[in-house]
Amino acid sequence: MPPDSPPAALPAPDIPTSSALTPPGLLELFVAFAKMSLAGFGGVLVWARRSIVDQHRWMTADEFNETFALCHFLPGPNIVNLSVVFGSRFRGIPGGIAAFTGLVGPPVVIVTILAALYARYGEIDALRRILAGVSCVAVGLLLAVVSRMMMPLIRKRDLVGLLILAAVFIAIGLLRLPLPAVLLVAIPLSIAITLVMRRRVAA
Amino acid sequence: MNSEPNPIWTLAWTFGLMSLFAVGGANAAIPEMHRVAVDVHHWMTDKQFADVFAISQMSPGPNVLIVTLIGYSVAGVAGALVATLAMCGPTAVVAYYVSRLLARSTRSRWPAIIQAALVPLSIGLMGASGLILALTTDRTWPAALVTVAAAILALATRLNPLWMLLAGGCLGFAGVI
Repeated sequence: MPPDSPPAALPAPDIPTSSALTPPGLLELFVAFAKMSLAGFGGVLVWARRSIVDQHRWMTADEFNETFALCHFLPGPNIVNLSVVFGSRFRGIPGGIAAFTGLVGPPVVIVTILAALYARYGEIDALRRILAGVSCVAVGLLLAVVSRMMMPLIRKRDLVGLLILAAVFIAIGLLRLPLPAVLLVAIPLSIAITLVMRRRVAA
Repeated sequence: MNSEPNPIWTLAWTFGLMSLFAVGGANAAIPEMHRVAVDVHHWMTDKQFADVFAISQMSPGPNVLIVTLIGYSVAGVAGALVATLAMCGPTAVVAYYVSRLLARSTRSRWPAIIQAALVPLSIGLMGASGLILALTTDRTWPAALVTVAAAILALATRLNPLWMLLAGGCLGFAGVI
């Protein structure tokens, strides 16, 4: 499942005020990210938070939220961004690479093996049925995340936000337009609207 | 018609570009992956795409690894690696530089504004993902019912998603779906 609860909604457990007593080494970064990644059935974010904030105390909860907020607004897989930003903060570029390889390396091996198995046995009837069942549930989980993310917009009666949401949904989901084209229009538009709205609220 | 370039290159630039446009993370990029893999390049069928999504959700690690599966189906192990690196690499470089930039500058209000502007976009994209996957997966009433039940369970309880995925697999095996 996607690491998608907006950063503000993350629960903030008791906050230790000082972080990073000793900055992690390269191997430590690799191992920590490999562990959270392999534990991360159904979303790595929760484990990342547990490992970085609660277990190793490399960051305070606030620092973690800020870092994640940054990675959330950057394009690309959030948690991958997080690994790079986090690793490089402590150990420069090698640190970023160590955390990244830890996060992505071991699961890629597993997934590649699964891909090979699927290519070989994907046509077997029992497996097809199992996968069909799993994907039904997986889609349901995705829909749950989407509705949970929509709640704040609905609660705030954010009509403009909901309109942008609907427009993107129609363009991509129904009209099946290419993503780059849609985003090249939607991003500037959405930023402009957000700016105007904030001015109006401030005025 | 044989002017198709080496599929490895196609994988590399397709996912490299997608990486930079994947606002809202991997699950928001699923419609684009579906468009590219099923409609444009015919790398896989609708059904295979749904299967690959299911496998990626069941596997450990970040969800972005659905591209590993797509890459494998196109060009084996090399394809899997190239697709993964292409999808993660460019955005990782961007993340590195932006985080350094922001660490240096004083608190700018731009990140907050951009973030607020992107939230509805990424929800819209993920909604589109849900629709496209539901259209390929939920072709029967029981299937649609399982999807709805899973969504409600996920919203109402704190049940570990892995159990629900396993239950879905069992229902499928039993021939319910």
